[in-house]
Amino acid sequence: MEIFLQQIINGLVQGSVYALVALGYTMVYGILGLINFAHGEVVMVGAMLALSALTAMLGWGAPPLLALPISLILAMLGCMVLGYGIERIAYRPLRHAPRLAPLITAIGVSIVLQNLAMMIWGRQYHAFPQLVANQPHLIGGAIINDIQIIIFILALAIMAGLIVVVHRTRLGRAMRAVAENQHAAQLMGVDINRVISITFMLGSALAAIAGVMVSANYGLAHYYMGFLLGLKAFTAAVLGGIGNLRGAMLGGLLLGLIESLGAGYIGDMTGGFLGSHYQDVFAFFVLIAVLVFRPSGLLGERIAERA
Amino acid sequence: MLGYAMKLLTQPTRFAFWLLLGALLLLPFVTDALLGRGWVRIADFAMLYIMLALGLNIVVGLAGLLDLGYIAFFAVGAYCYALTGSPHLALAFPSLFPGGVHLPFWIVLPLAALVAGGFGVLLGAPTLRLRGDYLAIVTLGFGEIIRIFLNNLNAPFNLTNGPQGISRIDPIKVADVSLNASQEIFGITLPSVHLYFYLFLAFTALVIFVSQRLEKSRIGRAWMAIREDEIAASAMGINTRNLKLLAFAMGAMFGGVSGTLFAGFQGFVSPESFSLMESIMVLCMVVLGGMGNIAGVILGGVLLALLPEVLRHSVVPLQQALFGKTIVDPESLRMLLFGGALIAMMLYRPAGLWPSRVRRRELDTDEAAETV
Repeated sequence: MEIFLQQIINGLVQGSVYALVALGYTMVYGILGLINFAHGEVVMVGAMLALSALTAMLGWGAPPLLALPISLILAMLGCMVLGYGIERIAYRPLRHAPRLAPLITAIGVSIVLQNLAMMIWGRQYHAFPQLVANQPHLIGGAIINDIQIIIFILALAIMAGLIVVVHRTRLGRAMRAVAENQHAAQLMGVDINRVISITFMLGSALAAIAGVMVSANYGLAHYYMGFLLGLKAFTAAVLGGIGNLRGAMLGGLLLGLIESLGAGYIGDMTGGFLGSHYQDVFAFFVLIAVLVFRPSGLLGERIAERA
Repeated sequence: MLGYAMKLLTQPTRFAFWLLLGALLLLPFVTDALLGRGWVRIADFAMLYIMLALGLNIVVGLAGLLDLGYIAFFAVGAYCYALTGSPHLALAFPSLFPGGVHLPFWIVLPLAALVAGGFGVLLGAPTLRLRGDYLAIVTLGFGEIIRIFLNNLNAPFNLTNGPQGISRIDPIKVADVSLNASQEIFGITLPSVHLYFYLFLAFTALVIFVSQRLEKSRIGRAWMAIREDEIAASAMGINTRNLKLLAFAMGAMFGGVSGTLFAGFQGFVSPESFSLMESIMVLCMVVLGGMGNIAGVILGGVLLALLPEVLRHSVVPLQQALFGKTIVDPESLRMLLFGGALIAMMLYRPAGLWPSRVRRRELDTDEAAETV
């Protein structure tokens, strides 16, 4: 029972990170109908930027509790610029091209970012400094530590904030209008290029936060960390119904739970045939299963056949 | 086959064909003399890549299905031969296979092609209804699943030997002559890499021939119709489901064949040869060369197979001379160039360096649509 509870806690924490990244996929997909393949790499760049800023500031003797939010903000700003640049260079010129074209540039951007990161930060794993006194708490026999609590609460708060932005503000209304019908939105006076750029920047800022969360949780950052995380977050977005904000959140949390429970129990279920090192396979099986049996996802209303 | 192929060629192209054939037959000797034997080996690998790229061209270029896990079929072919042509099974399951399996290459080859084709259908069946971008992600996931299984199936029973891979795979034999030792024919000594070069050349020619016939066939035209507009194609009475499955299966078979050749040539396979980056590299070849155009795909394959070697021999010495140390290693520079090339190609030359005429019309976005 303790193990079960522990897996639930781990799953929820990991899932809230997936949810944040999934929001980036889902917002862009909702508006452009495009899978932003490079989104996972933005997460990685966010983590790496924050790490560099943090190391530099701690080196200058800045107090840790000041350095952490500043480096997080720097990482968010850096990723927003990056997200804007990616859209501007790789996606905007291809907005009316056949679907295959932006997908291929997205793969290209992803490879370029990964290798640039490798050149800048090297191949090695970087230790993420532990700044918060990471006190473990016991809940019914399972352990949850401070960082995990912060991650979970912060993620929920950000998601709530995003929902407010999208459903209660002028910008959010513009975003929904562009998602509904670009031409009509333009005729109503919405600057669609600006809205799309802002969407990318919002998603990238969330990605930066998620990147910092992941590396703070595991204490590690690495140039390759974004790829698998991005894939899983995409799976989460599809699971919840891509294009749907609440769906991305639900999908993220669910995928985190599926993964952590699956990895915890697959050994027992298959009589030791498959062990926890198959953890990464779950996301892909979930993805394939969702696409085959319920392609619109759990909360998705529509999956328009946009040719 | 050669006779039939000849009939398809006109007089001047027939002359060019013989010229090309002669040049290709001499190539290993010239390369060996000018650049060294290592480059003949590189040429061998280049041909394996060309075969892979042509296989992927069926799926991506003709049928328009973006497959990001294509290397999985290469892996399936390679492991088919690795398992049946090495002592591994005898070591792992002494009671089941006391002497090992050691099936001859020429029996494994068609079997591996069938198994790979089966995997292609297995992947294609659940993904048929998906649109392009979903398909890309699912195929990517499929490729990763295969790799993760190859990496981990050394326990509880040792099927794939995990990350260490399988070694001591039997060399390929042609009529009882092992290609792993130099042979003497008509007083000319042919080293092993030369022998493999000719074998791969023959296979590449076969693959090119099959691709070309497929492209011109009813099936190929149906694939292109599906690529251009699936709804219109099915309205014209094309069975889109079966044809997409067939595209997956055919592409997978090509991949399986080159995988089998790879295992025999290399004598060793391990999961790390089948990473996502390899899939992307093959995709790069197809995109760079020109989706849907066989000559373009071959060009892309040659360019990208040679690129890492050229970089290795130029970038490192150049940096040594300029800065006295290696700052950027050629491997990451290569990937950087691949990524950059994918972006630049899509932005400026979406139909590839050597585009097929049909594909160019389709990818030249607005102007083409307006002139029609």
